[in-house]
Amino acid sequence: MIQFQVSPHVLWSLGGLYAVLVVASAWVMMLRWRAPEKDRTELVQRIRSWWLIVSIFTLVIIMSCNVAVAFFAFVSFLALKEYLSIVPTRRADRRVLFWAYLSIPVQYYWVAQAWYGMFIIFIPVYVFLLLPMRMVIIGETKEFLRAAGLLHWGIMTMVFGISHIAYLLVLPEATNPSAGGTGLVLFLVFLTEFNDVAQYLWGKMLGRKKIIPKVSPNKTWEGFLGGMVTTTLLSILLADWLTPMPWTVAIAAGLLISVAGFIGDVTISALKRDIGLKDSGSLLPGHGGILDRIDSLTYTAPLFFHFIYYLYY
Amino acid sequence: MNSFLRFLFYGVFIRLIVLIILGLNVRHRERLPKAGPAIIVANHNSHLDTMVLMSLFPLSLLPKLHPVAAVDYFLTSRLFSWFTLKVIGILPIKRTISRGDDNPLAPCNQALADGQLLIVFPEGSRGEPEQMQSFKGGIARLAESHPTVPVTPVFLHGLGKALPKGESVLVPFFCDVFVGEPLPWTGDRRSYMRQLDERMRQLAAEGNFPAWN
Repeated sequence: MIQFQVSPHVLWSLGGLYAVLVVASAWVMMLRWRAPEKDRTELVQRIRSWWLIVSIFTLVIIMSCNVAVAFFAFVSFLALKEYLSIVPTRRADRRVLFWAYLSIPVQYYWVAQAWYGMFIIFIPVYVFLLLPMRMVIIGETKEFLRAAGLLHWGIMTMVFGISHIAYLLVLPEATNPSAGGTGLVLFLVFLTEFNDVAQYLWGKMLGRKKIIPKVSPNKTWEGFLGGMVTTTLLSILLADWLTPMPWTVAIAAGLLISVAGFIGDVTISALKRDIGLKDSGSLLPGHGGILDRIDSLTYTAPLFFHFIYYLYY
Repeated sequence: MNSFLRFLFYGVFIRLIVLIILGLNVRHRERLPKAGPAIIVANHNSHLDTMVLMSLFPLSLLPKLHPVAAVDYFLTSRLFSWFTLKVIGILPIKRTISRGDDNPLAPCNQALADGQLLIVFPEGSRGEPEQMQSFKGGIARLAESHPTVPVTPVFLHGLGKALPKGESVLVPFFCDVFVGEPLPWTGDRRSYMRQLDERMRQLAAEGNFPAWN
């Protein structure tokens, strides 16, 4: 097991995160004071949920590496459960879904062991081959292809994709002595979520030209590009603190997170639109379900991981 | 001792399963009764139905909260009877009556007179997963005898996927719980059953449920 110590850089960044939340809360309080008649329940709930998310995240990330890995396993569990609850499934596949859930502890066990080879092939190879076999044993062929495809997409996104965040924690500490794996996780998660908020705010302020109206009518080019610029700037600022990247590489990482975050967001939007839902659940008041919050991470986590893994590990 | 076990069972064990393994999406929770006597009526697809409904109420109401259940299924062996009566806390009634029996609803009448909260599944059995059967008339008799006791309809979805009849493996799913407005006594049993049916259908229509077949 890799020894785990929280560096001052990580602590300072977490402090910065709380400062952002304090500013956001103060801003909402001011809005309510200036126009008390307007209903701002959703905004208030949303920020309250952010406080909760950030508090749990802080607690988990400073406790120990294993706790943090278990936490991301739990996030995968919630996400897969939400996904399987909103998509059509076959009664005959109940047992298959049970096996699909079991892939979560196994995948995160490879992470906790820092067994990279197994981590990277377990779901794309073994789970991919095993689950259809289990379905064939049950023998229901009606809608077989749809059910198999739907299940694999869910596991790839919610389990394999999200487990990349956890694997950042067990990467060799020596490559990033100032902040370690925790720093990388903080960098990835913070920039991804910041990019979501920035794209939303830029879109609200300047948004005109729709970018992908059929999938997500509220997304605009102005929001997308505004988010891209702010996220990249923040990436340059934070990279020095939290990652081994010099500013030139940090620009690429910022662009990557911004673009990938947008694609992850609209991919989950397309899924929800297909099913006919606005929110994927009600777990996080003001946000919706867990998928509404981690949609961008399903793309940024694996892409940022392989970017930094290729360059430094 | 038994009431402590019951507290442990519902307060810790069941809440962990219901809130972490399953996860609930509750709509209109504020419509649930806050004190007894009261009747909660729900559709029935899984043993988990009772567990979910029990976990919606504060633990302070636990001593007064009892699911109404069939004698022939739940009181079969000595140990099982102890568990269902003392820990789950069922109120046993007979599903079939033979000539000369007392009113099968007498235990319910007594419990409501004592200010208890009863959970009733008027479908009578769990049936096929995620399909609602028609309600049996006993609930109207109960409402008729206690016209001032609120009868709150609750629609449950997803529990028949998580643990249907005849299955022993629990598969996690988020489940929906839609609480309706209490249905006041209408004056006669037929119109009461019609309205209860209608209200359950309206609650079911609030959801947008994925296919399961």
